[in-house]
Amino acid sequence: MFKQLVAVISMSLQTLPQRIGASSVIVIGIAGVVAVLVSVLAMGAGFQHTLADTGRPDRVVILRGGSDAELNSNLTRTDVDTISNAPGLAKDASGKALLSSELVTVVNVPKIDTGTDANVTLRGVGLKLTEVRPELTIVKGRMFRPAVRELIAGSGAAKQFRGLVVGSVLHLRNADWTVTGVFTSNGDVHESELLADVDTVGSAVERNGYSSAVALLTSPAQFAEFKDALTSDPQLKVDVQREPDYYAAQSKDLTRVINVVGKTVAIIMAIGAMFGALNSMYSAVAARGLEIATLRAIGFGALPVLLSVMIEAVLLSLVGGIIGAALAWLFFNGHSVSTLGGAFAQVVFQLTVTRTLIITGIVWACLIGLLGGFFPALRAARLPVAEALRAA
Amino acid sequence: MKYFPLIWATLWRKKARTIFTLLSVIVAFLLFGMLETIDYAFSHPSSGVTAADKLITTNKYSITLSLPFSDAQEIRSVPGVVDVTWISWFGGYYQESKNFVFAVPMDTDSYFNVYKDQFIVSDEQLQAYRNTRTGALVNADLMKKFNWKVGDKVPLHSTIWTQKKDGSLDWTFDIVGSFSVKDPTQASAQASTLLFHYDLFDEGRSFGKGKVGWFEERVSDPSEASAISGRIDALFANSSDETKTQPANDFTMAFIKQFGDIGFVLRAILGAVFFTLLFLTGNTMMQSVRERIPELAVLKTLGFGDGLVLELVLAESLLLCVLAAVIGLALSFGALPIIKQGLQGVELSPRALVPGIGAAVLLALIVGLPPALRAMRLNIVDALADKR
Repeated sequence: MFKQLVAVISMSLQTLPQRIGASSVIVIGIAGVVAVLVSVLAMGAGFQHTLADTGRPDRVVILRGGSDAELNSNLTRTDVDTISNAPGLAKDASGKALLSSELVTVVNVPKIDTGTDANVTLRGVGLKLTEVRPELTIVKGRMFRPAVRELIAGSGAAKQFRGLVVGSVLHLRNADWTVTGVFTSNGDVHESELLADVDTVGSAVERNGYSSAVALLTSPAQFAEFKDALTSDPQLKVDVQREPDYYAAQSKDLTRVINVVGKTVAIIMAIGAMFGALNSMYSAVAARGLEIATLRAIGFGALPVLLSVMIEAVLLSLVGGIIGAALAWLFFNGHSVSTLGGAFAQVVFQLTVTRTLIITGIVWACLIGLLGGFFPALRAARLPVAEALRAA
Repeated sequence: MKYFPLIWATLWRKKARTIFTLLSVIVAFLLFGMLETIDYAFSHPSSGVTAADKLITTNKYSITLSLPFSDAQEIRSVPGVVDVTWISWFGGYYQESKNFVFAVPMDTDSYFNVYKDQFIVSDEQLQAYRNTRTGALVNADLMKKFNWKVGDKVPLHSTIWTQKKDGSLDWTFDIVGSFSVKDPTQASAQASTLLFHYDLFDEGRSFGKGKVGWFEERVSDPSEASAISGRIDALFANSSDETKTQPANDFTMAFIKQFGDIGFVLRAILGAVFFTLLFLTGNTMMQSVRERIPELAVLKTLGFGDGLVLELVLAESLLLCVLAAVIGLALSFGALPIIKQGLQGVELSPRALVPGIGAAVLLALIVGLPPALRAMRLNIVDALADKR
């Protein structure tokens, strides 16, 4: 049986070049489905990565209670003083808490590709910035100085939005702000932002107070104690979240939308490709009618014939799947785009064709091949031998 | 037309092949129709006539920065402006953050003057609204969604505005009436609107008093919109709150573009679909003609000219593609309500389906031409001898 199978398969593969037209329909059809599936899902994966890579478990974000996002939140200076005295916070050599009081606002900066204004986060940050966020590295130019209108731009923002190069000037409410540097921060969401001194930003937008406080704990385990201390304080109405939790919540909605849209489109395309595969395999079976009938006449079983047709379909689909995934990877992996994220501000991210996505694409390809190959295989196996031989 | 039975018969020469080809082309055009409608919706926001005479004035540097309320007086005096109203972003939801409510603090007289004839409210309910400080007018569909009735007290959570009296983020409104939207193209944009008094909002909030989120104007002549925008912005140039005024449609377009180049993504997908479709139908047509070579030779022997044979094959390809396209587009038309549910706030127009027929004809010509040419160039003697 196994011997028969090998013989039939090698025969069907040897005659494959004669049926190259019909066979290429399967390969190209499935390559299209997989390329679209993998590219769209790569968008979701890239977006999720950017937000999931933001933050570390020993860092906390404190917002006014019930605010949901930094942009809506409002903390007074007294609130921030109280927060910085809470137990569990890491301290510097002089005993000051490693806490950055931040003021988040969005400013209009034109997108390079469309030329239309986009909401870019301008984040005022406290003096402890580099200790609270050690991952932040200046890659071009220098750090902004406090008390003057200077800012640094994230590397993602610099790529997507106009006029964010070192030395250029951004106009904001009757004042010129100089871009003094470009920074990276482990590919996280802050690379989509502009950073400047919190009090300078506050005076520019006429806000007395902060949006949020970001602080470093002595260890991730201190979270519960720190949170309890703040939430049990009757003077304070705040929400305390670990930084990764805060950002993960922001990626949830959009990632789900991208995945649903991507899979819906791919399912519809897959149905189309399956009909194409059915067509090709039926014509392959028809073309091999004489060959199959001869094999059956000299004693080959129905099962090896059935399997050989299925295996041919799956092999062709596999080739299509690999081509599709490779195309998606070639054209879109690392491609940088930006969108309006959950926090009403632009998030710059890169399409990421992960290994999981490639495997997903190839599994889809094989499933389409199995479905498209089954009925033609059944016909091949049931081919009435005598009639097929006589027809020839 | 007299050759239609012949074309029809040759199309069904191999039933299974034609059915499978038809099905894949139908599926492709179903997708084409769905994606085209979405693309059309995003590139033609609020196609209704009611949006053409509206302008929006925001802070030049950021939509989140407010503007002084006193600007309203100056804007109203600009020639061409019929009326101006002001609004702030309330950031409201009911009970859970997924139950978004577009709660709009509004000034009754100027709001209904800017949105003249756009909201349908009964006179009694409008009067009740004017008389109730904590009153709210709610979109009839939203009332249904949350099971609200006139007379209910509903609490809305604002993610931004704390109340002066107790620092709470929860605001309570008395529902005094409901409204519906006249222009159907605006219906989805207003689907979760709740209107309440600006005075209640401004006096009740603990910060931001005297500031507004943005202004909305109605102009007498839509063709003057950009000139009027320029005049409004000139009023506040070099002030600490410079403005940016633009037609409401442009504002919406710019906002949609913030999500990225949706059109490019959709077109890229359609490109992939059509590329694969070319191969699929192309292969079918080639096969079909190859198998019929002796028959075509017989036709020629009977006196069918070269040109006519070419036309017959092309017509067969057209029939296949257009038939499938019409079915596929009709299916996508049927799917419109489903897409609409997924894309709240977007108006879908069946007009976007028209280019689909054009695409089908193009597809038919591209895949039909090579086999048609082959059929045309057939030499009768060789073709008849081809019979194996």
